[in-house]
Amino acid sequence: MSEPTLVVSKIRAGTVIDHIPAGRALDVLKIIGLSGREGIRTAIIMNVESKKLGRKDIIKVEGKFLKQQEVSVIALIASTATINIVEDFKVVKKFNVEIPELIEEVITCPNTTCITNKGNEPVKSRFTVVSRKPITLQCSYCGTLVFEDELHRLIKV
Amino acid sequence: MSSSFMGRDVISILDFKRDELEKLFELSDKARRLVNRKLRILEGKVVSLAFFEPSTRTRMSFEVAAKKLGADVVGFSSEESVSVAKGENFADTVRMLDSYSDLIVVRHRLEGAAKFASEIALNPVINGGDGRQHHPTQAMIDLYTVRELFGGIDGLTYAVVGDLRYGRAATSFIYALTLFKPSKIYLASPPILVARPEVTSLLKSRGIDFEELSRLDEVVGEVDVMYVTRVQRERFPDPSEYEKARGAYRITLKLLEKAKRSLKILHPLPKVDEIELQVDSSRHAAYFLQASLGVPVRMALLAMILGGEL
Repeated sequence: MSEPTLVVSKIRAGTVIDHIPAGRALDVLKIIGLSGREGIRTAIIMNVESKKLGRKDIIKVEGKFLKQQEVSVIALIASTATINIVEDFKVVKKFNVEIPELIEEVITCPNTTCITNKGNEPVKSRFTVVSRKPITLQCSYCGTLVFEDELHRLIKV
Repeated sequence: MSSSFMGRDVISILDFKRDELEKLFELSDKARRLVNRKLRILEGKVVSLAFFEPSTRTRMSFEVAAKKLGADVVGFSSEESVSVAKGENFADTVRMLDSYSDLIVVRHRLEGAAKFASEIALNPVINGGDGRQHHPTQAMIDLYTVRELFGGIDGLTYAVVGDLRYGRAATSFIYALTLFKPSKIYLASPPILVARPEVTSLLKSRGIDFEELSRLDEVVGEVDVMYVTRVQRERFPDPSEYEKARGAYRITLKLLEKAKRSLKILHPLPKVDEIELQVDSSRHAAYFLQASLGVPVRMALLAMILGGEL
């Protein structure tokens, strides 16, 4: 007997983030700055079947058209994600995510004695990309290297 | 005079190119000849020394260098003496100093503080040491000392010894060597004080031949320049581990029996007991010369940044 299908209605207009690695949807929402308190209709679908990934997560955001530069940082934790811009129930634009050269305010520096962790200072965390595969970032202030496997726990809330 | 230094921040030694450092060294030669004179080339300029963390050597040599060039010097030497103790943030303190002076030298216990200061200040900022990360002017002095002793920096075998994890002088010296062509760099440290990943990955990416060691005695005969730093007790959770490490990285006359006659020992100072006292008067000790070169190198740097003709 096959598993019952999870049905989530299509959105009329907005953004669908597809092919998120299973279990990462909530982290993706954090990165794009959606807390759920903005009043935007959002569907979060987790751990569903995927031909490409085996299991995947999907996020559907009604009425919000995310721009490529807004979502590119998702690539830090979900490099397989695809972004679909939907208008009148149809996908009108589709793009992949790619890590930007400079990553600001998305990740907390793991070095506790980095100036960006001091508090009460007008300083943003800032990382540059040292390597894309595997991902390695470097803090622009203290030089600390951040490796791919630590990224998910360093995302700022 | 190199225009590339005018108005420039000095945050990391890695911000500099080899030829820029060579120009600085040429001007340092000139500053050494003038070091006993009171010059007026920075007359009317004010240098702020913002030492949020204690320092004797760096702060005093900057002060002497600035005064010898005719600049006025203001500043403080601990957080307690400024409004930071009242809760003022770092950014506001830097803004205030920036409005009072033409250049700020910053030392702070947090990594990245000097870079952050340079983003706030309109005038140039020199990093006088930020946490465990950078101490670029120390590295300039260290390289200048090697050049003075050997006539150049390339082709020599270096050993950097001691605390390579938390020591900013050792880290900056290693970074500085990547701008030149060392024959080989040995990194000798206790296992818990090995060089940080960003340091070793830079050495790899720049194709520098290096080797991490936990024993120094096996390679001492190959080394031309030994850069010694202090292994601090507070870095070790277990006191017996500290005692072991202290013994293994202590520079003694006995260890130096295996060394080349021409081996020179550098140390950013202050030293405690990591170098046996008798070594001070040996042919190998170069750390007092190194310390004495702090003033002329910093004179040259200040003159180049503030546009004074030496």
